[in-house]
Amino acid sequence: MNISDIRKEFPIFDDKIQNNDLVYLDSANSSQKPRVVVDRIYDFYTKEFSNVGRSVHYLAVAATNLYEQTRVSVQKYINAKDKDEIVFTKGATEAINLVANTFGQKYLSEGDEVLLTELEHHSNYVPWHFLRKAKNIKIEFAEINNDGEVTLEAIEKKITNKTKIISVSHLSNVTGAILPIKQIVQLAHSKNIPVLIDGCQGAPHLKLDMQDIDCDFYAISGHKMYGPTGIGVLYAKKKWLEDLPPYQGGGGMINEVKKEGITYGELPNKYEAGTMATAQVIAFNESIKFMEKIGIQNIEKHEKELLDYGLEKLRKNNSVNIIGNPKEKGGVISFTIEGVHPHDIATILDEDGVAIRAGHHCCQILHDKLNLPATARASFGVYNTKDDVDKLDEAINKCKKIFNL
Amino acid sequence: MDLKDLYQEIILDHGKNPRNLGKFDNYNKDAKGNNPLCGDNVHVYLRLNENKKVEDIAFEGHGCAISMASASIMTDMVRGKEEKEVKEIVTDFLGMIKDKDSLENNILKDDEKTKLMSLSGVKQYPMRVKCATLSWHTLTSALDNSDQIVKTEE
Repeated sequence: MNISDIRKEFPIFDDKIQNNDLVYLDSANSSQKPRVVVDRIYDFYTKEFSNVGRSVHYLAVAATNLYEQTRVSVQKYINAKDKDEIVFTKGATEAINLVANTFGQKYLSEGDEVLLTELEHHSNYVPWHFLRKAKNIKIEFAEINNDGEVTLEAIEKKITNKTKIISVSHLSNVTGAILPIKQIVQLAHSKNIPVLIDGCQGAPHLKLDMQDIDCDFYAISGHKMYGPTGIGVLYAKKKWLEDLPPYQGGGGMINEVKKEGITYGELPNKYEAGTMATAQVIAFNESIKFMEKIGIQNIEKHEKELLDYGLEKLRKNNSVNIIGNPKEKGGVISFTIEGVHPHDIATILDEDGVAIRAGHHCCQILHDKLNLPATARASFGVYNTKDDVDKLDEAINKCKKIFNL
Repeated sequence: MDLKDLYQEIILDHGKNPRNLGKFDNYNKDAKGNNPLCGDNVHVYLRLNENKKVEDIAFEGHGCAISMASASIMTDMVRGKEEKEVKEIVTDFLGMIKDKDSLENNILKDDEKTKLMSLSGVKQYPMRVKCATLSWHTLTSALDNSDQIVKTEE
């Protein structure tokens, strides 16, 4: 694949940002958007807009069809059995909250355990913490090893007869570790424990096959997959969506509403209360098509090349310390520079148009474990090049110079 | 924007070798502050004597060069001042970081004001303003005996 052609599909690279060519190394935070996605939102609002699933006029029917087409695209993209297993949410955060809330209501009571890992993003910890407060459940954390990975053994060690659900990341947004999710699911299922995968970082970079992974729930963030903000997906096995109670109440999710009582709608409406992010859902279809056109294997291969190149380059750079050394690793390089705080690194790099993230990346548990208040993080997308990595390295050198290192 | 405005020699110096870092035993006021966005935190300790004068002041914490330098310079600057004066300096400093061009108080000497003005570079970096102001808000909280942990985010 030709990266310079792919870059041309992203309008953000057309213009200078603060007089610099943009070196965007913050895709783990959110990816840039290809023109097809941006145009789709504009076209929908200017030529096709209507609310979906309610009125019978032409625009409403057309919009509903477009909205449902995205559901089918997502279903095929992740190889789900049924399109009704695809629930649109405002993001992966809402997808995880949906599961924690509804599964928690029905299946968790005092003393029950939820098993997470020390790698988890706050969005896969805080929703479970709510249950800890409300229901006195316990939260266990499978530990990371010295390479910043969570092994199957580390998960197994924390499973008890009280473990009711396991919720883990597919790919760490800090160390880049890819978790052995298929094996985790197999192990959990052998003990009748359902598994939620936080796929925020997995979905944009790795091939997804729900039949192969066999997880019960998989949370996806649209804006990290070259899609719009405000759109996410919860994949859930149909048995769970039928079994669990609804999440939010409102229009669209009901069957019949009487003063005496209410019955809820069929799937997937049961979980999509109120007017959804219609334009975003419809534009998300373009993101899926965009990724399919390039091919996820090609994206994965390209990002792996960048990762290997970046790791080699930064390892040679004195005073750069790379966080974690997982054997299976996605396109994320978190690092520190001895003597320079990550926020100072980020500000200095930004001066040359190198956009990275600094902070705890919503993973305070992990940073506490690593005994680091913050790290700097460069993360890759399909549009990045080795030249971007070189510019990162040069900007790091400038940083060291300013701090007299 | 110019990085040299932000990372002046004095900031780099105080950032690398913060003065008054640590905790002392007989403090009678203290407060914690943190920046949830980045995980930086600061704990300010001070001793007010019977005449409401800051007899000693120190801080613990970790953060970027800007936040460490700001806390370091601040603690240097308010030692020996009366509570009322400290509050005036804090208000003046926060006003300068927000929108004023210079410091207007008559408490600090000119060279001290110049030192403080070295932090004015953050004005060009809105995301970094909180790094410079956290310790100052925390100092106010300590003086007011507030039990609330100062946060830069609401």
